[in-house]
Amino acid sequence: MSEQTRIIEDFATREYEHGFVTEVEQETFPPGLDEDVVRAISAKKDEPGWMTDWRLKAYRHWLTMTEPRWPNVSYPAIDYQAISYFAAPKKKLESLDEVDPEILATYTKLGIPLDEQKALAGVAVDAVFDSVSVATTFKDKLAELGVIFCSFSEALREHPDLVRKYLGSVVPITDNFFATLNSAVFSDGSFVYVPKGVRCPMELSTYFRINAENTGQFERTLIVADEGAWVSYLEGCTAPMRDSNQLHAAVVELVALEGATIKYSTVQNWYPGDRETGAGGIYNFVTKRGLAEKRAKISWTQVETGSAITWKYPSVILKGDHSVGEFYSVALTAGFQQADTGTKMIHLGRNTSSTIISKGISAGRGQNTYRGQVKVAKKADNARNFSQCDSMLIGDRCGAHTFPYIEIGNPTAQMEHEATTSKIGEDQVFYCNQRGISTEDAVSMIVNGFCKEVFKELPMEFAVEAQKLLGVSLEGSVG
Amino acid sequence: MDRTAAPAGSFVASVAEIIGRIEGEPDRLVDLRLEASRAFTAAGLPTTRQEAWRFTSLRALAETPHRPAAPADAEIADLTIPGSHRLVFVNGRLSPGLSAAEDLPRGLTLRPLAGALAEAAGPAASTIGGAVDLARHPFAALNTAAFADGALIHLEPGAIVEAPIHLLFVTVGDGEPTWSAPRTLVAAGAGSQATVVEHYVGAGGESLTLPVTELRLAAGAILHHVRLQEEPRSARHIALQASRQARDSRLDSVALNIGAGLMRTDIDAVLAEPGAHAALDGLYLVEDEQHTDTHLDVRHAAPHCTSHELYKGILDGRSRAVFNGRIVVDPAAQKTDAIQSNRNLLLSAGALVNSNPQLEIFADDVRCTHGSTVGRLDEEAVFYLRSRGLDRATAESLLTYAFAAEIVGAIPVGAVRERIERHLVARLPQGELAREAF
Repeated sequence: MSEQTRIIEDFATREYEHGFVTEVEQETFPPGLDEDVVRAISAKKDEPGWMTDWRLKAYRHWLTMTEPRWPNVSYPAIDYQAISYFAAPKKKLESLDEVDPEILATYTKLGIPLDEQKALAGVAVDAVFDSVSVATTFKDKLAELGVIFCSFSEALREHPDLVRKYLGSVVPITDNFFATLNSAVFSDGSFVYVPKGVRCPMELSTYFRINAENTGQFERTLIVADEGAWVSYLEGCTAPMRDSNQLHAAVVELVALEGATIKYSTVQNWYPGDRETGAGGIYNFVTKRGLAEKRAKISWTQVETGSAITWKYPSVILKGDHSVGEFYSVALTAGFQQADTGTKMIHLGRNTSSTIISKGISAGRGQNTYRGQVKVAKKADNARNFSQCDSMLIGDRCGAHTFPYIEIGNPTAQMEHEATTSKIGEDQVFYCNQRGISTEDAVSMIVNGFCKEVFKELPMEFAVEAQKLLGVSLEGSVG
Repeated sequence: MDRTAAPAGSFVASVAEIIGRIEGEPDRLVDLRLEASRAFTAAGLPTTRQEAWRFTSLRALAETPHRPAAPADAEIADLTIPGSHRLVFVNGRLSPGLSAAEDLPRGLTLRPLAGALAEAAGPAASTIGGAVDLARHPFAALNTAAFADGALIHLEPGAIVEAPIHLLFVTVGDGEPTWSAPRTLVAAGAGSQATVVEHYVGAGGESLTLPVTELRLAAGAILHHVRLQEEPRSARHIALQASRQARDSRLDSVALNIGAGLMRTDIDAVLAEPGAHAALDGLYLVEDEQHTDTHLDVRHAAPHCTSHELYKGILDGRSRAVFNGRIVVDPAAQKTDAIQSNRNLLLSAGALVNSNPQLEIFADDVRCTHGSTVGRLDEEAVFYLRSRGLDRATAESLLTYAFAAEIVGAIPVGAVRERIERHLVARLPQGELAREAF
């Protein structure tokens, strides 16, 4: 790990630590969901009246919806009345001894120092890192430029007009079952606003979010880049995360106004469940969508290695002329993991273009599905799309599936879709073996080469860690 | 069974209770027809809420009661294939006068199902319906329940038939909406070879044709199969082709969809034993308000099989094409080689394409690829031809003609090839020039 990475890692952990420390005492609501619970959540957070109404509207609509069954994943039915929709922060563990030894082993492999390990695993640490100063410096610098980067609750208090203007403008409250549920009960999340013409000087990350708190299972992110602005946002981290909430239904909305650029990178490594039985893993049902106005650009990059079930389709609505959408994805399923992920590129404006590069890796008993849509509307003259979906299978008990949906309604559109499925060649592994590289390292190397196109889109620190992460996640599936 | 679901005056109500009967048919078929009838009534007409019918609406059909097509006469003079063995069915019934199935070569049986089903030990009685998934294909269920006749082609082991076998299905409308359900069974014995042309034509009136074709290839059999659909625009054509291949057999099938206002073709291909090869190609040539929908479902159930699919589409006017190509590779099917490609050429602003290639792979040592493209003619290619002195219309016609030639040129029967070329020429502004130049 480079020095720079280490420094960032340090900051990261401290802030995470800080988030837990400053957490105010909260009670936990009893399980169940009705209008009173929605009102109570809103009241707890001291939200304005319109926000409460918005939540209630979402909740009432949610009651009329049914859970989607079309994804190519299977899981036992979720009892939505058995979930507590407002929970106190997790109880701190007393020491690292209480943490799953497998997770600890992974930390060691990723090279995470002991203190950070404690922080990540949610163990109470007495020594408080000096994070306040870091956070403050960071905040000052952003404030100078007028960039707003804060928690959602804070945004509602400090910038209610901005939130009201853009919230639900990309993912409406009627969008889909999980997004609507999120709209009704979301706990917290991040809000970013980059003013006109400002290039955000640093990569924004939830690591650094001031007053980070346990945002829980229903996270809401809203990023607005005003005309000509530029922002890069990082979400998640490579260290394995364990959470007592099995269902995660987050919503991310991106608004890129004329000429703006938003780059959104995700590394997701939630607990994937027991390697032998698949029990207990996280269900990650996420709705992510961006709206690109004239000449705007939205780029999604994701590395999905965790969760028992991943169900997400980061999408771009190319509304403005000359807007650009990109999607780069690596999804790895090992053990009993299932992933149904991909993207939607909706071309509405003229001269719009989109690129989709998706790399799926299946190992163990993993099931990996790419599902994507490219739609070119009637008036989207000269739309251009290039899609490539490659799958790699490791072992004979896994599956790789590709379901692209292509809808072209304009003759000037040019659309190309390619998909391939392959395995790691025995000759490739043999070649590495005879050069003294172990089979496991060889596979990790070949897989990293397979994913190179995506990794090069990640911010540098993330890319280094993502490579290491793939190797760790694949362990035990080769042989 | 819930019959109350079908309102009077609807399509379902008009066809649901009809169960066909062929003299001497085996008990197995009697039971199968009942089961199929129940399956259709239970499923009803597919709606766009169902994934397999998402882009093809049957709303207009649902509200149009149809009655069975009555016997009729037809004129087929310009439809015949010279030198072929021929069975002709008009509105689903054999027309002996138009057929030419005497002097068959040794090893070939070509006869209507009506007689063949009475022979308990024959291939028809023992295998019919075996390759059809009634639950997935409601119209094939309707056909199974109702078919009154059809064609049987049986090849003895080792039989090699040189001349093409021509099955001509003519739908003659009579003003009121009618439907017919032709049935075809091809059973190719071990090591046999033949070329079969399934040909659908029609005249006048609103009609619905619901053909079901079963292709069974024994070990080492080689079958060239052409499916040519050129019904009138007033027709709807909803077909199932189900094939099942044994060890080292080879199926070369090409589907040519040109006619009908609404056409839907489901192709289920099962590669059941090692070494089987299937080539499933197609061309759809649509214009005006035509709607074409092809659903391919190729299942690799055994190792060392290969499947290649190339579907090309040329769309003009306000036509719409749906292509759904699914390849499933079972865990046992190691060393599978599957290639699928769907290429669409849009000639007008109003045309719409839905292309959904799908791969579902459960084995790791395989090579599977699919590709899909949609676009108009390459402007640079047009420019190149224009710089050589061709006007725009000629240049575009030539390039469009060439786009189709990959499929057309590979059609194994000369007479069919020429028919398609004539269609192409008729659709292109400078088609005649393009054909000469090509």
